[in-house]
Parts: sequence; C-alpha cells; structure tokens
Amino acid sequence: MSHDMTQIDWTTVCQIDEIVPNTGVCALVGGEQVAVFRLGDGALFAIDNIDPNSGASVLSRGLLGSLGERVVVASPIYKQHFDLRSGECLEAPEHGVRAWQVRREGDAIQVRRGDR
Amino acid sequence: MTMKLVVVGNGMVGHKLLEELATLQPPGLDVTVLCEETRPAYDRVHLSEFFTGKTAEDLSLVTPGFFEQAGMHLRLATRAVGIDRAMKRVTTSDGEVIAYDKLVIATGSTPFIPAIPGNDRPGCLVYRTLDDLAALAQWGGRSRHGVVIGGGLLGLECAKAVRDMGLETHVVEFAARLMAVQVDDIGGQVLRKSIEDLGLVVHTGKNTQQITEGQTLRHRMSFADGSHLETDLIVFSAGIRPRDELARQSELGVGQRGGIMVDNFCRTRDRDVYAIGECAQWGGKVFGLVAPGYDMARVVANHLHALLIRKPAPALPEFAGADMSTKLKLMGVDVASIGDAHGATPGSRSYQFSDGRRQVYKKLVVSEDGKRLLGGVLVGDATDYGTLLQMMLNGMDLPEAPESLILPAADGKAKPGLAVEALPASAQICSCNNVSKGQLCNAVAAGATSIGSLKEVTKAGTACGGCVPLVTQIMKVEMKRQGLAVSNHLCEHFAYSRQELYHLVRVERIRRFDELLARHGKGLGCDICKPTVASILASCWNEFVLQQEHASLQDSNDYFLANIQKDGTYSVVPRMPGGEVTPDGLIAIGAVARKYGLYTKLTGGQRVDMFGARLEQLPLIWEELIAAGFESGHAYGKSLRTVKSCVGSTWCRYGVQDSVGAAINLENRYKGLRSPHKLKFAVSGCARECAEAQSKDVGIIATEKGWNLYVCGNGGMKPRHAELLAGDLDTDTLIRYVDRFLMFYIRTADRLQRTSVWRDNLEGGMDYLRDVVIHDRLGIGDELEADMRHVVDTYECEWKKAVSDPQVRRRFQHFVNSDAGDDQVAFVPERGQIRPATSEEKRRRLGRIPVVVETE
Ligand code: SRM
Ligand SMILES: Cc1cc2nc3c(=O)[nH]c(=O)nc-3n(C[C@H](O)[C@H](O)[C@H](O)COP(=O)(O)OP(=O)(O)OC[C@H]3O[C@@H](n4cnc5c(N)ncnc54)[C@H](O)[C@@H]3O)c2cc1C
Ligand code: SF4
Ligand code: FES
Repeated sequence: MSHDMTQIDWTTVCQIDEIVPNTGVCALVGGEQVAVFRLGDGALFAIDNIDPNSGASVLSRGLLGSLGERVVVASPIYKQHFDLRSGECLEAPEHGVRAWQVRREGDAIQVRRGDR
Repeated sequence: MTMKLVVVGNGMVGHKLLEELATLQPPGLDVTVLCEETRPAYDRVHLSEFFTGKTAEDLSLVTPGFFEQAGMHLRLATRAVGIDRAMKRVTTSDGEVIAYDKLVIATGSTPFIPAIPGNDRPGCLVYRTLDDLAALAQWGGRSRHGVVIGGGLLGLECAKAVRDMGLETHVVEFAARLMAVQVDDIGGQVLRKSIEDLGLVVHTGKNTQQITEGQTLRHRMSFADGSHLETDLIVFSAGIRPRDELARQSELGVGQRGGIMVDNFCRTRDRDVYAIGECAQWGGKVFGLVAPGYDMARVVANHLHALLIRKPAPALPEFAGADMSTKLKLMGVDVASIGDAHGATPGSRSYQFSDGRRQVYKKLVVSEDGKRLLGGVLVGDATDYGTLLQMMLNGMDLPEAPESLILPAADGKAKPGLAVEALPASAQICSCNNVSKGQLCNAVAAGATSIGSLKEVTKAGTACGGCVPLVTQIMKVEMKRQGLAVSNHLCEHFAYSRQELYHLVRVERIRRFDELLARHGKGLGCDICKPTVASILASCWNEFVLQQEHASLQDSNDYFLANIQKDGTYSVVPRMPGGEVTPDGLIAIGAVARKYGLYTKLTGGQRVDMFGARLEQLPLIWEELIAAGFESGHAYGKSLRTVKSCVGSTWCRYGVQDSVGAAINLENRYKGLRSPHKLKFAVSGCARECAEAQSKDVGIIATEKGWNLYVCGNGGMKPRHAELLAGDLDTDTLIRYVDRFLMFYIRTADRLQRTSVWRDNLEGGMDYLRDVVIHDRLGIGDELEADMRHVVDTYECEWKKAVSDPQVRRRFQHFVNSDAGDDQVAFVPERGQIRPATSEEKRRRLGRIPVVVETE
C-alpha cells in the first residue's frame, strides 16, 4: 500500500461488481454509514446513509434518478430527494447530508470524507 | 327582519332549495321542513341503484351536519295535511300547527295507478321511494314472474330492476309503442327489439281491465282484447300525477291536468306561497325531470333572499321553462330524445338513419331552411347526444349536409362533430346543475384537471350524468388551451401517461426500462417512472422483478420483497389465501417469529404480519417460511394483497356457497399480479356479507344461484362502496369477468389510481365498464383473458426465487463491507414483544453501548 498523503485516508469498501448498476450499497467507514451509488454509465457517488428526515439508515436503499440536471436518490421512507453531488435535501434543506468522495481504483471502490 | 319559512316536502327539489338558501345565507331566516318520508332527501334519479348495492346512505343528498345548522328544523315522517292561508299556518299529520311567513310546496308527484279493479291486491306495487323499492325487493324474493305496467322511461327502468332480481319480466304498455313520449315509431321498434333480445317480453297496445286471483301464479291480468297474463307481482309505472292536494284544499289554483299553477318566480296565486318541482305547473306544463325543478329551486331561493335583504326584484332570475331533452340507458340500450323529437314544428324536415344489425336508429329534426337543429331521437347509440343538444340549445349553424351528423363516419373521415371551442361561455353544459361552459373552464383554470375533481368542484355531471362526455371534452380542450395538457405526463422523464406507456411497451414489445427510456424518454428516470414502468413490465411480461435489469427500478419494498418500517427494518407477511391457515402453519409462523424476535400481529387482511426483521434476516426467515409451505404475501407490492373470506356454507348455517374455497382459488389465481395500485378482494358466503366484500376492489357475494360480482370499492382514506357489475354468475363466468376487469384496469389506469378513482374517471362509468367486460364492446375480451392467462401461467413465488439466487441473496446485508447489523436499529420491550425505540430512547442507549467499528 502506498503511503502517499492524498491516498492515505481512502478506504476500499467493495468491488465494482458488488454494486448492481443504478443502485447503492451501504459501507461502514470508521464507524460511520456511507451510501455508495453506481449509475448505469459507471459514475459513482457517496453520501451519508442516515436519512435525517426519519433517522433510519436507509439512503443506500433509495431509488436513483435525475431531477433536471441533478442526480438524486429518493429516501425509501418519506421520499425526499437528496442531491448525490452535494448531499442537499431538495424538499427539506435543513435536512441535508454530507457528500463523500468516491473513486474507482481498478475494480475497487474507495471512499473518503470531505468534499469532492 | 326574520322570516319563518315552511317547506313542505324534502325531495330532490325541496332539498335543492335548502342548499341554495344555505349558500346565499340570507339573514334572519328560520326554516321548518316537513318531510313525509322517514329519511331526508335522497337521489331519486339514481334510485334504481338501490338494486345494485347502493344503500340509503349512499343515495342521501344531505351533507353531514346540514340539518344541524342554526335556524334549520327538520321534521321527519311528518306530512302536511292542511294550509290555512288566512291565518298563514300549516297543520301536520300529528295535529301540530306551524305558522309561516312564506310557504314553499315541494311535494313532488305520486305514481299514477290506473283505476283497474284489483289494483290494490297484495303484490301490486309502485316505484317512487326507497320504501317502495324495499317492498319490491321483498316481493321479488318471493316471486318468479313480474309485470311492469307502463313502457315509458320509468317503466323500463323498473323492468330492468325486476329482471335483475332474476324474475321473468314482462312489460305491458297501453300505447302502441314503448316510450311514446320521447321516441317515434321506428325508434320505439328498435328499442323494443333490443329489449326483447335481453329476454324481456313486451306487450304493446294492451289495456288491462282487471286483476284477479291467478290460477298458476299470484295474479291474473285480463286485457280488453280477451287475453290474459299471470304473474306474481305487478308494478304500476304508468306515469305520475302532481301531488297538488294541499293546493286544492286551500284553493291555490290547480291546472286542468293537475299541478299547482305558478308564475315566473314560482309563486302561486297567493304571494306568500310558492310551488316548485314536480308538483308545480308552469306555462301549462308539469316538468317530470329534476333539472327544471332545480331551476325553480334556484329561482325561489333568490327571490326569498331578495325579499330578506330588500333587493329590487328586476335583477332576479326567473323560471323560463325547460328543455325536456333526455338521455338514458335502458338495460344497456342508449335512448335519447332531444327537443322537438316528433317534428311538431311547422315546416320542419327530418333525416333518419337506421342500422338493423347494430340496432341503431337516429333521427334529426331540422328547421325549414335546414340551418338549425330542432330535435332528434337516438336509439342504440347516443354518443352524439351532448353534441346535438348543444347545437340545438345554442342555435348553432348546421353543416352543409346535416345528415352527416348521424351517418356513420366513412373510413378515415372525421365526423363534423361539434367543436366545443365554438360553444359560447354561457352555454349550459350540465342542465341538472346549471353549470355553464364558462364555469367549467374557470374550474379547470383553478386546478380541477381531472373529471373527478371537476365534478366535485362544479357539481357538473353529478345528477343524471348525461353531460359527462361533453364535460370531459371541454376539460381536455381547456387544459390544452391553458398549456395544461402535460398534466397526464408521468414525470419529467416521460411525456406520456401511464396508459400510453403501457401501450408503447406492449406494441413495441419493450422488455427493459433502459430501452423505453432511450426510445421515449429523457434523463435518468426517477422514483416515479421507474417503479411505474417496472409494474407495467411485470404486468405485461411477468419476469422476475429482481432480475438484474429490473432490480434497480424497484421501490425499496419491492427490491427487498418486504415493507420497510419507520426505523429501516422490514415486515414479513406470508400469504394465507382466503385467511385459511392450518394449526401447523400457525405454529411454524410462531416458531419463526420467536426465533428471530419479531413483533407479531394479525392484520386487517386476515393474515399474520411479523415486524422488526433486519435486512440480513429476511432471506433466513423466508427460507424457514418456505420450508413450512408459505409463499410471499406481496404485502409490499402494488399487486394483489388478500382475498378475505367468511367461513361460508361449509360451516355457517346461513352460507349458500363455499366462500372460503372461492377466495382461496381467486387468491391463488391472481397472486403476484402487478397493477397500478394494490388490489383487494373479498368473498362472502351470503348476503350477510361478513367478509365486507363491498368495500373491496373486487367483491364477491354468494347468491342461491351463483355469485354477485361487485367492483371498484375500497376502504382507506375515502371509503367507497363497490358497485354491482353482474349478478348470479357461475364460477367460470365470474373468473372470466374478473380477468377482463383486472386487465382492463391494469391497461388503462393511472399510476397509483385505485379502481374506484379509475372508475370515476372512466367516461361512461359503470355502464361503459359493463359494456367492455360483459358485452365486449371493444372486442378485446379474448385479449384481456389471454394476457391474464400469461400472468397466471408464469407465476412464481418471488421469495422462493430470491432465496435460491445467490446474486440476489447477496444484497440482503446491511453493510457491503461488514457482517455487522445496523447500529441505528434498537428495540425496547412492550407488552411482551418488541417495538422500535424512540429517538430519545436510542440516544440514551447509544451513549452507553460502544459502536462496533470494523477494521480492515
Ligand atoms: C398491516 C396492515 C395494518 C394491520 O396491522 O392490520 C396495513 C399496513 C399498511 N398499510 Fe394498510 N394495512 C393493512 C390493511 C389495510 C386495510 C384493510 C384491509 O385490507 O382489509 C385498508 C383499507 C382497505 C383498502 O385498502 O381499501 C388499508 C388501507 C391502506 C392505505 C389507503 C389506501 C387507499 O386507497 O386510501 C394505504 C396507503 C397506500 O396504499 O397508498 C395503506 C398502506 C399501508 C402500508 C403499506 C404503509 C406503508 O407503506 O408502510 C402499511 C405497511 C404494512 C406492512 O409493513 O406490512 N393501507 N390497509 C394491514 C395489512 C393487510 C394485509 O394483510 O396485507
Ligand atoms: C325511478 C326514478 C328514476 C328517475 N330518473 C330520472 C332521470 O334520469 N332524470 C330526471 O331528470 N329525473 C328522473 N326522475 C324524476 C326525478 O326524480 C324527479 O323529477 C324529482 O325527484 C322531483 O323532485 P321533487 O322534489 O319535485 O319531488 P320528490 O323528489 O318526489 O319529492 C317530494 C317529497 O315531498 C314529500 N311530500 C309529498 N307530500 C307531502 C306532504 N303533504 N307533507 C310532507 N311531505 C310531502 C314526498 O314524500 C317526497 O319525499 C326519476 C324518478 C324516479 C322515481
Ligand atoms: S357471510 Fe353469511 S355465509 Fe358467510 S359467514 Fe357470514 S353469515 Fe355465514
Ligand atoms: S346534465 Fe344531468 S348531471 Fe349534468
């Protein structure tokens, strides 16, 4: 493993084929739940998994889609939409979540905290 | 100033007056209503629906709390027996004396019973009130054969009710043809043929002379021509007579052929007494329809209001007669009569068209110069009624060749219909409720963009229903004009309605969402269109919902084949067809619930629900349930939920059919069927209806002869009683009709539209549905059945497939990179079981329990 500073806090969470295209999975990263999504075209996104509107850890199980230019996931509990790039909650701005950085290294999917 | 108003009669028109007054809210009005019947106003126009399952409450016209308003006094079962005009008081049957400042007589009419000896024998009935119908239903149950005297509009409606009770039914008419008032000779013949084809026996030109004890049946009717007819019950429906006895007694002025004479403000010769509705006579005419009565009610309400607020009279609306055009469906046969149907206008010309094979007859009466439509007759096909009526009422220009209006369209050439755009805003579209085109357009602009909401807001189409096609047309045109036509688009990704997408999928044989999106949509899709298309694909091709290409389209509930709960756990509902379960089955469920610590409760759908399962537990739980013989209950899907049953003839002393067996068969037949919204059924073993079938999308009630099929009911937020689609069906026909009904719904409903709302939006309503399902009017019956056969034949338990597919199973874990469970889920005990912890309880707990962190 490389000890390059920019690489050090990336965590490998799964292999690419472990995420069905156009769905998400939930990863445990340093005690936190991260929802990681894979679009049909290969684009990857990651946000917090806990839905602030219900308190349930379920965002990885939401349906993916687009609203205008935004790529969003709909919470399966009360259907609010979260912007996958920013974590913004479209219906309830006070209930936004954090977006995580995510990348593909070979077949590995890696995430780390912070803005993209 | 206060005014004591007494209203005699709380029928349709009397009640309309009260409603109009309630809207105008004149100050200082104190109203006493004398209502002879035991219940307040109900919808007499739809009275016959009593026989198709409507109850007195369904038919009631009284909004909740109406009679509790201040200044409103209702006396039920109280008849007015006398008016003392000098003292201005009314005497009631109880001897009470009530003073009035103004009096409105709204006593309606009574069925005319010809003076035939024997007309008062038991089992000689009339057809006017709910009590009359209840009596008819009672006699019907004890009879095999029934006669309706009178082949007019009401007589034929009544004959249908008698036939629907399963009696051999005869219609005896004095005149030479049926519906002599509304249609002409040829029209009458076509109508007769259609009705005879339905198994009724029609006798015209028969003058009944006496009714005596029968030899084989209860009565014998003897006719002037020497013939006779035996029957068990007789209903008189030979016209109506205004109930003007109060006016006669108080010398108010009654017309020669009955009816209290009134002026343009519906005042009698006494300025303080008004008469409205069927008891009134205006311009030498008595109006036997509800729309003119409603008009009169509006006129009087405005007049009283003006008196109270001292508004000058000239500005007030006046009654100006009424158009007596009518359209109705008699035993599935459309009959319409417009304006001068008999061509009585001097110089008028007529055009006629008849098609013996389709049993259609149409006639137009036009003015001498051929420019204006004066009237018409339509039998067998009245789709053009609204158009023609508007042309006549608005004096619109006729096309070059007026006959083109009634001739079948030559291939490819559109009929020169009525451009609704051409109608003036003032054109009255709904005559029952006096709604103009302008009012409809305003309501559309204000957001009423479905026929259901438009009806609710404007009341248009809620009485006789004859105007609904035209109202729909106006709504569509207006929506387009306002750029609203997009509103049936599913979402921003598809510029189509669900129904259109369904057709695209079928016609182009599209099997994948991506393909549909590429061809007909844009963007990535969303949580609206994805599940909708998934449901369409499942209804059409019935592929496994979790196979790779479909998985990402499913709502979380479908994706994990379980209902998500507020805390992110899931519920587990095994199917229990008909609510039947063996002791071993119950024990197996109990064992699973105990092993996984699930909260257990009985549902309203006659089965067991287990709550609190974690994602990773679901496949394990289901493996055990499947081993015990259970299948998915589809509690998560927009699909068939349950078929409730009552115990039925097997055990119950009243049951007449095996309702449990039938429910189990139906549930097994339709389980897994994906649909626009959830579907619920129930089967009751007799009319006591313990299974509450009339509150279901499909409700089946056993009869001595088979099954009555009810459709389009639901509980939930807006409860609706189901309506009778067909009666006394054998089991095979029942299944065939249910197949067709369900597939037709699946094909044409909007997303998340329950059957009741779908039915409300169906142009032509129940009659149309019956046409499609029973008479196969669209010629798609076989296709619908074949579609259903495909779904039935390809059924597989989703859970059985899911647990045996390693790809699918892999998804059932909370963390992709850890076997740990979701640490946000926490339960606390309650009444011996678990429940989700509240956020407060969770916070307390999480403080104490260290979070498990996985290290790699
Ligand atoms: C479990 C149950 C309540 C119970 O404890 O008895 C229930 C529970 C839910 N109902 Fe229900 N309904 C249950 C019987 C009913 C009934 C009664 C019946 O079926 O006889 C009704 C009224 C009848 C009807 O639907 O016509 C009913 C009317 C609704 C409605 C309102 C539907 C409507 O058209 O207005 C919803 C909301 C919806 O579907 O959009 C709903 C939705 C729900 C959902 C699915 C809400 C949700 O999305 O989480 C609930 C979750 C079920 C679960 O997790 O398993 N549930 N629900 C019943 C399950 C029956 C079964 O065995 O499948
Ligand atoms: C089966 C059937 C189908 C019909 N279909 C249609 C249709 O499709 N289209 C259409 O336009 N019309 C139809 N009609 C006619 C329509 O129902 C009547 O035009 C309408 O009900 C007239 O209203 P009304 O208030 O004048 O009379 P009613 O509705 O008859 O009300 C009069 C009320 O006054 C009460 N009353 C009478 N005398 C007294 C008294 N002395 N004291 C206290 N109360 C009294 C009566 O008991 C009754 O309840 C139909 C009628 C029937 C029976
Ligand atoms: S509905 Fe009738 S047959 Fe069925 S259980 Fe109840 S009483 Fe018995
Ligand atoms: S015309 Fe009768 S409901 Fe509209």
